[in-house]
Amino acid sequence: MNQALRQTEGFVADLPQAALGPSQVQRVGAGLVDRSRTLSFTFDGRAYAGHPGDTLASALLANGVRLMGRSFKYHRPRSVIASSSEEPNALVELRSGARAEPNTRATVVELWDGLEARSQNRWPSLAFDALGVNDFVSPFLTAGFYYKTFMWPAAFWEKLYEPVIRRAAGLGRLSTEADPDAYDKGFLHCDLLVIGAGPSGLMAALTAGRAGARVILCDEDFLLGGRLNAETLAVGGQAGTDWARAAVAELAALPNVRMMPRTTVVGAFDHGVFAAVERVADHVAAPLAGKPRQILWRITARRSVLAAGAIERPIAFRDNDRPGVMLAGAVRAYLNRWGVAAGRRVALFVNNEDGLRTARDLDARGVDVVAVIDARPEGERLPGIRHLKGAVVTGTAGRLGLTGITVRDAQGREERVACDVLGVSGGWNPTVALTSHHSARPVWEEGIAAFVPSLDGPKGLGVAGAAAGALSTHGALATGAARAAEALEDLGFRVSSVDLPEAEDAPVRLRPLWHVSGTGRAWVDFQNDVTVKDIKLAHQENFRSVEHLKRYTTLGMATDQGKTSNVTALAVMAELTGKGIPETGTTMFRPPYTPVSMGVLAGRSRDEGFKPTRLTPSHKWAREQGAVFVEVGMWLRAQWFPRPGETTWRESVDREVLATRKGVGVCDVTTLGKIDVQGTDAGAFLDRVYANTFSTLPVGKVRYGLMLREDGHVMDDGTTARLGEHEYVMTTTTANAVAVFRHLEFCRQCLWPDLDVQLVSTTEAWAQVSVAGPNARRLLERVVDGDISDAAFPTMACGNVTVCGGLRARLFRISFSGELAYEIAVPARYGDALIRELMAQGKDLGATPYGTEALGVLRVEKGHVAGGELNGQSTALNMGLGRMVSRKKDSIGMVLSQREELVREDGLRLVGVRPVDPTAVLKGGSHFVALDKEAVAANDDGWLTSVVHSPHLGHQIALGYLRNGAARMGERLRVVNLLAKTEVEVEIVSPHFIDPEGERLRG
Amino acid sequence: MASHRLKPLSALGREFLAVESIGPVTVAEVMDVALASLAARRGQEAVVGAAAAQAGIPLPPPGRAEVGAVCGAFWVSPEMWFLEAPFATHEDVVAHLRPVFGEAASITEQTDAWARLNVTGPLGPLFERLCNLDLGRFEPGSATRTVIEHVGCYAIRRAPERMTVLGPRSMAGSLHHALTVAARSVA
Repeated sequence: MNQALRQTEGFVADLPQAALGPSQVQRVGAGLVDRSRTLSFTFDGRAYAGHPGDTLASALLANGVRLMGRSFKYHRPRSVIASSSEEPNALVELRSGARAEPNTRATVVELWDGLEARSQNRWPSLAFDALGVNDFVSPFLTAGFYYKTFMWPAAFWEKLYEPVIRRAAGLGRLSTEADPDAYDKGFLHCDLLVIGAGPSGLMAALTAGRAGARVILCDEDFLLGGRLNAETLAVGGQAGTDWARAAVAELAALPNVRMMPRTTVVGAFDHGVFAAVERVADHVAAPLAGKPRQILWRITARRSVLAAGAIERPIAFRDNDRPGVMLAGAVRAYLNRWGVAAGRRVALFVNNEDGLRTARDLDARGVDVVAVIDARPEGERLPGIRHLKGAVVTGTAGRLGLTGITVRDAQGREERVACDVLGVSGGWNPTVALTSHHSARPVWEEGIAAFVPSLDGPKGLGVAGAAAGALSTHGALATGAARAAEALEDLGFRVSSVDLPEAEDAPVRLRPLWHVSGTGRAWVDFQNDVTVKDIKLAHQENFRSVEHLKRYTTLGMATDQGKTSNVTALAVMAELTGKGIPETGTTMFRPPYTPVSMGVLAGRSRDEGFKPTRLTPSHKWAREQGAVFVEVGMWLRAQWFPRPGETTWRESVDREVLATRKGVGVCDVTTLGKIDVQGTDAGAFLDRVYANTFSTLPVGKVRYGLMLREDGHVMDDGTTARLGEHEYVMTTTTANAVAVFRHLEFCRQCLWPDLDVQLVSTTEAWAQVSVAGPNARRLLERVVDGDISDAAFPTMACGNVTVCGGLRARLFRISFSGELAYEIAVPARYGDALIRELMAQGKDLGATPYGTEALGVLRVEKGHVAGGELNGQSTALNMGLGRMVSRKKDSIGMVLSQREELVREDGLRLVGVRPVDPTAVLKGGSHFVALDKEAVAANDDGWLTSVVHSPHLGHQIALGYLRNGAARMGERLRVVNLLAKTEVEVEIVSPHFIDPEGERLRG
Repeated sequence: MASHRLKPLSALGREFLAVESIGPVTVAEVMDVALASLAARRGQEAVVGAAAAQAGIPLPPPGRAEVGAVCGAFWVSPEMWFLEAPFATHEDVVAHLRPVFGEAASITEQTDAWARLNVTGPLGPLFERLCNLDLGRFEPGSATRTVIEHVGCYAIRRAPERMTVLGPRSMAGSLHHALTVAARSVA
């Protein structure tokens, strides 16, 4: 029995958390909190006190509260282990009601008066969690458990297994209410972006700021200074915190420097663009009215310096997740920055020099350092402290909090040491994440046993300080200054020689130790409950690549993205495979660096601000008429204008259609795209972009045009008017206005730069109103100043006119409805007045406003194609417009429109459709099937493209594409809709239901 | 101009123009500027330049806006500018410009295609929440195309604390909303 088990001074009892109340028993110094003011807050309903400058974690620790959460899978009691954003354990729910926010790291929550926080993933209480039973069945819950166990039956996964697992294993819960807060986005530009305001970041910013460069300095903390605020180290002969404060003051006085505390740079993107989230109002109960809670910044930086520091890594040993086992650097930070002793009797387990600083700082503050367990056999012992060399910690004891540890010394003897906190330091991992966002893999550096950034990270990004592996204060200051100077010289700034303040440059002297072997579970990833055993299992089952390891064990896949665990895990895997750590490699780093709220990604693009709304010039008038609006792209168009007594939309639409065909209808058609095409080659240009010819169109005339894509299918249609020798105005469909303009610009700039043609959109410049119906001319004669008789202004005429006593206007005699019709355009500011004038002047002529529904009925009755037919798959031939594709000239799409398959005689043709039973209801999208054939794909003969009710005919009518349609007039078919389970017998007719001879048009 | 009987409405649908002051920022809709696009025809660049110089019409280089005796102008694309003139005297702006340039240029009325909002006050804090403009390098006399809350706009900096924003007329309400919301955000 050479392993003597020695009881030192008896195990201290579980800390009596509930009884401590607001007395802050663990507050042993002032640190950097403002003790002149007290803030009250609650955790799980109990009230506590803290001070400005506290985080929720520091305030809880000050009050002796260690138990802060339950683990994800096994529901193990957990406490805070870190003091910064890498924290995996202390996840709480903040605020209540709609503002309740789960999974908030207590280490980054800045304390405010009235803060409410709750623990999560426990029931009924944090101290007694019924699902703690998971911990006892843990042998069954190892890596891959779900994949192996819930394989069968497959149907059970979604309905049963997944919901049950999700309830048992999980983090916080969403409020499910709408987020009441506003979020902004913003754009910033700078010469140098400095990410992190520790010693290296401050030095970089000072160097660049003094040189006159435009600098942005971001830090996720609310207090700038980084590790300097957590240490007792001197910089330039003064306390590090004082040096940091002076540096911040100097930077604040420079107009070319913008300091952004509470701002996390979460992603590095192309061309020097970074994403950063500023937490504007997360440190108060609620944002001020109208002010954002957070801002998503897009920062464009000519050069950047990553000075994000490093993250301390734990060492895995049996039951190392016990509340009270913390990172040694965090223990030191709580002591120095927040004046909080994390425990009363502290032990340390280290493999490097840095961990010893914690022992010295605690000792200096009079906190009992019961032992330093130093894995390194070599080196000097700390004076006045029990410093065990070549020793390791092999286990812990305690239920809801640490009461003691088991230590195995260099001789292999085990000993129990009573303590309530164990600070662990396994070394420091440079925070390389952003350098790998462009997929560069970090490089292993033996000297510090850690990955450092690769040199082929994002272009223009330099790395300084601990992030680059320079772990001493001097190293941080020197590399910060150097990286900034390099960047500035690159940009042509003159940098004066930098005066580096003096600071420690102690070596790390690290002896790698990833885990202490032995029985029991040793945690690697605290947040996802991944242990050394799980990694061994992954290895055993041949999931050995880091990417497989990650997915098999879920290591590093929690909200902390494995900040404290990834390197340790792959070091354990490297041991198992016998490969080196660099050969084992790392998984990919991707944005965001820390969790980002969905709200800030959405910004103001929510609710009515989701997208812009386009309003027609007559919108105000239409609203006064009680119009019902429909979204057409971004436009709001009047769909119909209900009148008193009308109970269904059909009544309104039928009335509008009949009134238009009987008297005169008025409709705002401003939404159609208008493109001014000018230049001496304007006609030639149009001949090339349209399938039909426009160069021969006389001045003062309009022609319908069909525009093909290069593949021969129809892109768009519309009318184009020739207003002058070298001046045309083209109209497009509402939906394609932008696409057509872009296409024309492409043609002009890239295909035919030799043509003299100029384009500009005038869609919005003119309010355009359709005036249609037998009384259209009589109405317009009262508005237009000149002669618009049939002789002076025949069908398809156009020209500049004046209206209402001299206002310049454009008149086009074109018709979509088949009626005598015109479109009249005035400068958009007069559109509202024009439509009011038309309605007033047309009272006795039966003037009726009509909306898009009536517009649709009118054009289907006339057999004109629109959206349903212009579906991107159709050719001119399909539409019955094959003859419009001129073979006398070349035009875009002409050649490919003649492809064999596209010109088949028996191809799809536009037909009219009427139900044999006039009361039958047709459904758009139904397919044609012969009466005697089965409704299967092989017998599909085409489909209905547009269906309306024709009040003129008193029954439904439709347009459709029918195979060999032109030859099938009078034939009877079925239209079948297998989804809606409907089937109607129809007769194929001409698509011109009304006035096929065009008598009315010529009026 | 002839005294026709139609009353204009602003792009925001108002008879009386709105001026809103939010903190130090004022957002005002204006409609007293006539606007036309001027594009030199192919091979006529020198002719257009000479005609403009003779008429005192500035044709600024890319990214710039200039003010002349009667007309102001800002560059929009190669050999193309938008010209600005007082609406009261130049409502039919094409009719005024055509005699200057003859057939050497394509000229199109753009007056009502754009909603025009004048923003005064500290521009930096406001516009950094609205668009990807580097205000630090966008000194007075600068003009550019930009996007504000999905709305394609022109921004013209007239003075350190004065910016004109032109947005598509139909989206005036959305643009105005974006500007005033951002102004409240930074007020």
